[in-house]
Amino acid sequence: MALSGLDIYKLLPKTNCRECGFATCLAFAMQLAKKSVSLEKCPYVSEEAKKILEASSQPPIKLITLGTGETKFDVGNEAVMFRHEEKFHHECGIGFIIEDNLKDAEIKVLLNKINQLSFERVGLQLNVNLVALKQNGQAGRFIEALKLVLSSTSLPLVLMSDNVAALRPALELIRDKKPLIYQANKNNFSELAKLAIEFKAVLVVQDTDLDVLSGLAQEINKLGAVDLLLDTGKKSISEKIWDLTQIRRLALKKSNRSFGYPTIVIVEENDPYEEAVEVATYISKYAGVILMKGIEAWESLSLLTLRQNIYTDPQKPLQIEPKLYPVGQAGKSSPVLVTTNFSLSYYTVLSEVEASKIPSYILSVDTEGMSVLTAWAAEKFTPGKISDSLNQFGVADMLSHKNLIMPGYVAMISGEFEDTSGWKITVGPKESAGLPSFLKNVS
Amino acid sequence: MATQLMIEKWLGNVSTTTIGATKAEGGTRANVVKIGGEQGLPFLFQEAAMPNKPVIAFEVWDIPPVDWPDELVKSLGSVVNDPFAWAEKCVSEYKAKILCVRMQGAHPDFGNKSADDSAKFISQLLKKVSVPLIIVGSGDDQKDSQVLPLCCEAAKSERCLVGSAVQENYKTLVGAVLADGHNIIAESPIDINIAKQLNILISDMGLSLDRIVINPTIGALGYGLEYAYSIMERARLAALAGDKTVGSPFICFVGQETWRTKEAMISQKEFPAWGPEAQRGVAWEIVTAAALIQAGADLLVMRHPKAVEKVNKYIGSLMESSL
Repeated sequence: MALSGLDIYKLLPKTNCRECGFATCLAFAMQLAKKSVSLEKCPYVSEEAKKILEASSQPPIKLITLGTGETKFDVGNEAVMFRHEEKFHHECGIGFIIEDNLKDAEIKVLLNKINQLSFERVGLQLNVNLVALKQNGQAGRFIEALKLVLSSTSLPLVLMSDNVAALRPALELIRDKKPLIYQANKNNFSELAKLAIEFKAVLVVQDTDLDVLSGLAQEINKLGAVDLLLDTGKKSISEKIWDLTQIRRLALKKSNRSFGYPTIVIVEENDPYEEAVEVATYISKYAGVILMKGIEAWESLSLLTLRQNIYTDPQKPLQIEPKLYPVGQAGKSSPVLVTTNFSLSYYTVLSEVEASKIPSYILSVDTEGMSVLTAWAAEKFTPGKISDSLNQFGVADMLSHKNLIMPGYVAMISGEFEDTSGWKITVGPKESAGLPSFLKNVS
Repeated sequence: MATQLMIEKWLGNVSTTTIGATKAEGGTRANVVKIGGEQGLPFLFQEAAMPNKPVIAFEVWDIPPVDWPDELVKSLGSVVNDPFAWAEKCVSEYKAKILCVRMQGAHPDFGNKSADDSAKFISQLLKKVSVPLIIVGSGDDQKDSQVLPLCCEAAKSERCLVGSAVQENYKTLVGAVLADGHNIIAESPIDINIAKQLNILISDMGLSLDRIVINPTIGALGYGLEYAYSIMERARLAALAGDKTVGSPFICFVGQETWRTKEAMISQKEFPAWGPEAQRGVAWEIVTAAALIQAGADLLVMRHPKAVEKVNKYIGSLMESSL
């Protein structure tokens, strides 16, 4: 946790030597607290003070990178309990468990399905993050299955085994790929920590008891394995919510370093709907990585969409560049639909216009990322604003007509707009789902 | 060294609203439904009690559904063509403990039923089913302010939950609810300040805060869910910190929002990469519900029987450790 100016002052020499450029040590301390100067400006600061100050500047929840290359991703470095306080920074990783005792052909089918799980939503690509291979039998089979996995996925890997004889050759196959080892417990942690250090892997630390878990994390950290994820094992959903909440609170509010790592949750539920609600819970409540079984497209689409929602910056709604967008081979006589520059509004309209197969223009007015009704209420979607956009993007010059299609929800501004702008308005449907049939009728 | 857990102690709590009145209480309902009463954040039983579990209300209409996707209609079966049979099926087959009836048929575009006919419908429905009722308007403000007061009268003393009151139009409904002994839904457009203001205005008319349920206006998964999610978290934190004027339970119209999204409706034929629509729509409704339950939802109005079944099971397992 960040130290206050007074806390820092207590650690300084208090000689007011002015060599740092400030009149007093207190003034210097205040600037340090604001992070506007560096501690190096003080030539007399003690080693001990340096250590404390450096530790306090570390994030309370460590940033952990999994994988390498294009599919690598970060988790951790979270700063708040509630998204409205700031935002949730790093989307939780979502991965799928594959059992190594499946037949090769079955494993291939699963991997092919996982490779299809990528969806475009509001102009962004939603992707799954991990493949976890779980050892059920001999080390030899685990290695064979791992080779198969490696041949058909580029996603970061999780090795689910507590067997060093299987883990070592597996890690040799994926040296430097920053995999995750699942999991170290109080019986095997020193061996697994050694492997994690040697192969630069991230290590899951597991115990069902928070006390034991924090002790283990400290021990493993002392051994030199510093990239860790925390797991409190199999429990009921509300017990998991309690654990995840406590770990986040202790890291953020008590600066408890042994809880200062992202968490991981395993969901083992055969019914895909029940699996989906459980995963949805952990996406909302602080999980860093979630491993699950269900790889149906409809299930992933709903969960990845929830993750996108929860991790959106509440202060900055997703928005697009305001301008005139042609859809298909739009020409001089094509209809022009007006909407906002809120991503969700624009992309919803876009997908319906595309579905109608009628070449059109979409005029995205700068509403600072607000949706149609919100922007109208906040006076960001007014006749004046729309006229400005028409002029700015030279819309009149690109058309042989002066007709605009206005969202149904703001029909009330049509009259004023027609009177002041010289454009004709057609009021469109309220819901964009009505656009294909609407466009067919107007054209 | 034992880890010092961080236990949050809250000054305030959410008010408890009772929906339905039994014979002993002057009504005719076989059961009552209590919502709210939380003394802390959802499901953190080790630090705060949650005396009532979140409740799902099945949504039924006074006319056959209009513009509902085929999959949804198919899941309910042909009963949807007869509103009473539909309501009865929800209670007998799906074990609904409470119903939410939407007076859609009163809407000028959907049949324009008179206020008298709507009231008659409510009287009959109360005879057909014995669970408590939520009664909501058609969405046409002018018509609703004629229809809802008569529905309130028809259900006098049954302690229904009636809505919605909005900032620009609440007085008529509050008057009717007061006169006939009901609870009210106070709807605000994803805005915590308006929610608070409206609660104050309503309670100033003499309807106590424990008879108000907040509709924060939700968006479905992928359609602004996160706005409602955060408004609900903020309001709940304020209530727990002691602000009684935002300390009402939340009602979320999950079904209504879910079943107009593209993801819940469009066929696999058109979007092969999204998988079969039958499962996709259900998943969309349950994931929307799950996220809102985590944000503090107390009452969820839902449509698909499979989604209701799964979310009920989820609520059951969430509440297990509270015993």
